[in-house]
Amino acid sequence: MTKPEDELAWKDLEIGSIITEPGNASQYQTGGWRTQRPVIDTSKCIKCGLCAIFCPEGCRRQTAEGHFDANLFYCKGCGICACECWTQAITMVGEEE
Amino acid sequence: MTAQRIGIEVSRAIAIAAKLANVDVVSAYPITPQTHIVEEIAELVANGELDAAFIPVESEHSAMSACLGAAAVGARTFTATAGQGLELMHEVLYVASAMRLPIVMAVANRALSAPLNIWGDHSDVMATRDTGWIQIFAANGQETFDNVLCAFRIAEDRRVLLPVMVNLDGFHLTHMIEPIYIPEQGEVDKFLPPSQYPLPLDPDRPITMGAFAPPYIYTEVKKAQQVNLAAAKEVILQCWKEFGDRFGRYYSPVESYRSEKAKVLLLVMGSFSETAMGAIDSLRDEGKEVGLIKLCLWRPFPFAEIRQAVRDAEVLIVLDRAISFGGPGGPVCSEIRSALYSEDKKPRVIGFVGGLGGRDVSPDEFKQIVNRGIEISQTGSEQEFEIFGVRE
Repeated sequence: MTKPEDELAWKDLEIGSIITEPGNASQYQTGGWRTQRPVIDTSKCIKCGLCAIFCPEGCRRQTAEGHFDANLFYCKGCGICACECWTQAITMVGEEE
Repeated sequence: MTAQRIGIEVSRAIAIAAKLANVDVVSAYPITPQTHIVEEIAELVANGELDAAFIPVESEHSAMSACLGAAAVGARTFTATAGQGLELMHEVLYVASAMRLPIVMAVANRALSAPLNIWGDHSDVMATRDTGWIQIFAANGQETFDNVLCAFRIAEDRRVLLPVMVNLDGFHLTHMIEPIYIPEQGEVDKFLPPSQYPLPLDPDRPITMGAFAPPYIYTEVKKAQQVNLAAAKEVILQCWKEFGDRFGRYYSPVESYRSEKAKVLLLVMGSFSETAMGAIDSLRDEGKEVGLIKLCLWRPFPFAEIRQAVRDAEVLIVLDRAISFGGPGGPVCSEIRSALYSEDKKPRVIGFVGGLGGRDVSPDEFKQIVNRGIEISQTGSEQEFEIFGVRE
């Protein structure tokens, strides 16, 4: 695609607005929906990876240190990771705070 | 050109049109409110006379959904429904047009519940007015048959790629036996080459249809759809011209009958136009300058043709077969008023609603409608529109 999606004019669209390049959903910043973000206390984290397994966006990746960080470009702030964390190492913090 | 003229029920003739169009997939809900159209197609497929997949499904919602899938892989796709069935398809109709899938559907126009009434009027199709489908109204069996063939050609045209509804009045047409010219397969093949859907679903060339469109792009998508549907009119005109040149029967978005120098025009859609012709003949015999306008193309709305057809009249009487409850009357009348509003020279538009739920309007009653319309144009009416023939 030559232009970013939010600059496309109606004449630029494919027939029926079909998408011809697989995988472009990754360009969509679902993180923009978030009102709360997960903050991890690494001193409590046991690196079990449950937060990453339960994350519906699949946006948690293990860092070199071994704990799991959320990619805030995609994280919708649903709080499932905080809910599932065995050691309560994750807290949800309001975006305005 | 050779053609066979046979007496046949209009529903069954539509099935033959689908067969002559070499449809690949027909998906339909097989029982009430279905017509003989898909019953006959099921038989043609079962007998090996039509090489197509017939997919009976559990609802009209599923029927239209199956049609989406079939059309998306490039299959020539047909279905038929009526009344409540069309309403159950409603949300999927929008998907078909927005995804630019050239599905053809015959709609036997019927009233909607409640109370339960399976007879004819235009309530069902008028509720689908804004679904983005091309909508053609036929006045008799031959027009329906011919327009089913044209519908495939229009729908599949690379400049269009939109679904098409061919509307025919429930019972007044669907269950009527009429003499219909059935062309030979070779002639139809020349008029209707195989479908070449440009971007079908194909594992070797993956695409995504009907994807998510956030606020920053949805408006652009809808503008493209609007431009596309409006531009389809030129292709429809071209198709009707080529159909006429090949088969000898010509169609147009707006047809006039004895409208020359008419001060008063009556406008109707569908099979009622043939009954209204009798009334016009009789009024002309009485020396009244009255003519008839038949609106054949409902979407895209033929603005230029309507303005041209009625510009010299003083009064235009519109008979709708559907009510917009609590609104300005019937949907056809409203749109015609709207199309004429900015014109300097325009007739006074008088709206009637009638022929609801299968109630006949006889030639004599059409005369009453015209005379009452003329009266309202002179004296006015306390109502936005009048319901013709209702017992007070």
